[in-house]
Amino acid sequence: MTQYGFYFNGPRCTGCKTCSMACKDKNDLPPEIGFRNVYEYTGGTWSNEGGLWKNDVFSYYVSLSCNHCASPVCMEVCPQGAISKSEETGAMSVDPEKCIHCESCLKACPYDVPRYDEAIDAMVRCDMCADLIAQGKQPVCVEACPLRALEFGDIEELKAKYGDVSAIAPMPEPTTEPSIVITAPINGKPAGDTAGIVANEREIS
Amino acid sequence: MSKSVSRRTFVKGSALAGLGAAAVGSGALFGCSSEGGTDTPAPAEEKVCWGHCDVNCETRCALQFHVVDDEVVWVESDNTGSDVYGDHQLRACQRGRSIRRWINHPDRLSYPMKRVGKRGSGEFEQITWEEAIDTIVENYKRILDQYGPAAIYSQYASGVNSGNIGGFLSRFLNLNGGRLNRYGSYSSAQISNALPWLYGTRAANGNSDIINSKLVVMFGENSCETKQAGAGPTYHLMHALENGEAKCIIIDPRYSDSVASRADQWIPIRPGTDAALVDALAYVLITEDLVDHDFLAKYCIGYDDEQMPEELKGQGKSYCDYILGTGYDMTPKTPEWASPITGIATQVIIDLAREIGTAKPCAIYQGKGPQRHHNGEQTARAICMLPVLTGNVGINGGNTGSDLDGYYMPAWFGVPSEDNGVAASISCFTWTDAIERGAEMTRTKDGVRGVEKLEVPIKFIWNYAGNTMTNQHGDINHAHEVLSDESLCEFIVLWDTFMTDSAKYADILLPDLMPVEQPNIIQSEYAGNMAYYIIGDAVTSPKFERRTLYSVLTDIADKMGQKEAFTEGRDEMAWLQYIYETQALPDDPDAPTFEEIMAKGFYKKNCPEGEHVALKAFRDDPEANPLNTPSGKIEIYSQALMDTVADWELAEGDLIHPLPVYCPEVEGYADPLAETYPLQLIGYHTKARTHSSYGCIEVLKQANPQELWMNPIDAEARGLADGDKVKVYNDRGTVEIVAKVTPRILPGVVAMGQGAWHDADMFGDKVDKGGCINTLTTHRPSPYAKANPQHTNLVEVKLA
Repeated sequence: MTQYGFYFNGPRCTGCKTCSMACKDKNDLPPEIGFRNVYEYTGGTWSNEGGLWKNDVFSYYVSLSCNHCASPVCMEVCPQGAISKSEETGAMSVDPEKCIHCESCLKACPYDVPRYDEAIDAMVRCDMCADLIAQGKQPVCVEACPLRALEFGDIEELKAKYGDVSAIAPMPEPTTEPSIVITAPINGKPAGDTAGIVANEREIS
Repeated sequence: MSKSVSRRTFVKGSALAGLGAAAVGSGALFGCSSEGGTDTPAPAEEKVCWGHCDVNCETRCALQFHVVDDEVVWVESDNTGSDVYGDHQLRACQRGRSIRRWINHPDRLSYPMKRVGKRGSGEFEQITWEEAIDTIVENYKRILDQYGPAAIYSQYASGVNSGNIGGFLSRFLNLNGGRLNRYGSYSSAQISNALPWLYGTRAANGNSDIINSKLVVMFGENSCETKQAGAGPTYHLMHALENGEAKCIIIDPRYSDSVASRADQWIPIRPGTDAALVDALAYVLITEDLVDHDFLAKYCIGYDDEQMPEELKGQGKSYCDYILGTGYDMTPKTPEWASPITGIATQVIIDLAREIGTAKPCAIYQGKGPQRHHNGEQTARAICMLPVLTGNVGINGGNTGSDLDGYYMPAWFGVPSEDNGVAASISCFTWTDAIERGAEMTRTKDGVRGVEKLEVPIKFIWNYAGNTMTNQHGDINHAHEVLSDESLCEFIVLWDTFMTDSAKYADILLPDLMPVEQPNIIQSEYAGNMAYYIIGDAVTSPKFERRTLYSVLTDIADKMGQKEAFTEGRDEMAWLQYIYETQALPDDPDAPTFEEIMAKGFYKKNCPEGEHVALKAFRDDPEANPLNTPSGKIEIYSQALMDTVADWELAEGDLIHPLPVYCPEVEGYADPLAETYPLQLIGYHTKARTHSSYGCIEVLKQANPQELWMNPIDAEARGLADGDKVKVYNDRGTVEIVAKVTPRILPGVVAMGQGAWHDADMFGDKVDKGGCINTLTTHRPSPYAKANPQHTNLVEVKLA
């Protein structure tokens, strides 16, 4: 099996969310369901010295979808066997007929990825744009990025090209072999950093 | 950082678990039958058509519409060609990628309507197109007969920028004597009115040229949120910083996304004080001899006494006299002087000056935020002093200090028109004054141009695809008072796609087609070193009773006996071809034929010089290529400006200065009003919208919520926490909005994205629950440009 995955070029990303919106358009998602989200990681404080403000503020963005993990904990915990992994691409998928919306997958996922779609009464998520891939195209988020900050491909090739960092803050330390490679943004902090918080919770879907 | 900001750690039990229950499910949006789902094969009858998104963010983007059964089902951007830099794709941002939700939105206007309630109530009744056109013609003729064409006004608007659409309104009006002119804009009036006194023009390098810079310093420049798309300034800046050597310093009260993603250093500054910073930087440059004396002597007047015009020598009137304290207020503009004004430490100012003085070349840019202030004309010119002092004007890797520009196609598409028969012109920001007291407005008091005074007030407004009647104008509550008095402006006809806040003031409200629902063309702006056209035909047939502006004006012209003169026998597509062939082809032998470009959808062209450099000809040979100033040189001291305003009557606190120097703002941080309203409020350009366009698109609102940015220190002082609903208020109005408590903003400053849709009971408490900043802004114009100072506001905030 070839495991496909994403490369996130952090220094290029401005947090513009075009990736998320292109995904929402193609997949016809409502505001509440996002297959790809852009997280704002922000920290720093202000102090007043002699009437002037000093600060050590930092902020950056991370764009994340399902990481189509090589050791997918969501699949392990699903009581219905509704979640499967493509033999050809490593893409995760959910069988809506089997899914009972117990949210075990969401509770287990380190990346907060699966979403409940009321219309089909099942959990849903990124499928790597399987239809576009079959046409020889790129996933829509990759083609959409105005800064060319996303790439898609054989994860081993992406690792060979860009290194093997698969987590930066606010992501957790990797435990599920996520199929993602990251170059940290200019203000990037390592996974496990506690200097900042996810500062845009209300914007996540 | 405030503890009130909760932590999202990616662990189980996410805050989003609850949202799932509220999900309406995919496919639920009106008319959005998805073909692109996870495993549905594309229907055989799908067609793909080119079009564009342009709502005046200053980038223009290509879109490919997937259409099935005459409905747009999903939208791709440009994914053609190699995408190598220089032949890069015209990729849209999240706004353009959401255009399907606009096209197919259930709230779109679909029928012509007449107002049945009070102006501003939003109460309308559907009528026939015949009744709509008869009513418009009857009122237009009546008001033309009674008051003449100077009482007719075509409102400032930028919701549709396509080169072949909105211009038909001017074409029609000019067949009937024209209309009251307007000058300036809501975007850039201060800078565009100020810089010609310095440079004879407003011009800047393309920001792709930053690849040649050693240092780039940007005042309030935030393309990463304003112009996010993939062939515009954000992309060019990324490429230039990635492939060049420039260090990037951004000066902004907000830690914007441009700061977050591109800056090596952030210098937060108190709004409205950029010119004070420049004064102190100039002090260091001059006293440490980091100025380019050869450049100043050869290309400029007014720097020191020696370079002053003969009749002004020896009077302490030079720029150096002002900076060094030997003239004017006799105060040296030291870093110690500027520090308490700007809120920037003296050492930071000194270090910045030394960096600017020693980096060769150094690029100084400003965004349009610093100039959209009460003292914006002064600020815009002042920032330009840095490249003037250091000789960075007219060269690769430098800049004029103006807002970034780029290489342009030969054609600036427009609809051919007779000349406007009216000479009088007002600043576009003063139209409410022209309604209220038009016949009192004069050149000397109100900046009226073309005539000494207006003879008549505005009595009839044509408004095509604009939301400046209220939403985007200063002081909405005041605009409401003016517009709701039907004895003042007697008739308003307005086209739009939604019931915007402005639309509620229409007497006749007409349902427009979007540019991509009719033949359309656009040319690039601010596109670095690669310009382009994007062209397309209607992606679907017209739905409901929506019509093009052109077809409606054709019917109106027909009623007035002017159909042939208006149309010249052409329909929309014939006009598009005519405009393309007469405007794009003559000056560009490489341009594709009309048939070729219609088939391809776009045409790209690289800057022949590599990078666009402003004032290069002047720099290369100032004798042969003088500037359009009285001296032909850069006029640091502008006697011409002072002569122009010599007999003007300025309001208290207004100042027009011959030099580009700091002027304290009315309603600035030091205004006594700050005792009552201690927070400075600025309005940035948010990612969710361009101005008010896309403002009702639910997916964009969810991902980019309208919030008030507030520092944790200011929040704590008021007992406020992140996510609280707060009231932002001053003497002009009250806005209700959710607080985003974030360290990404200077204490003492709050900010909200401009353009949110005003949502208030205007016949009740007028509290705006939509978060529109213009509930709080003023309609008092800036001193010279008579323009919108929409970032100069004092407010207080409390828990709602």
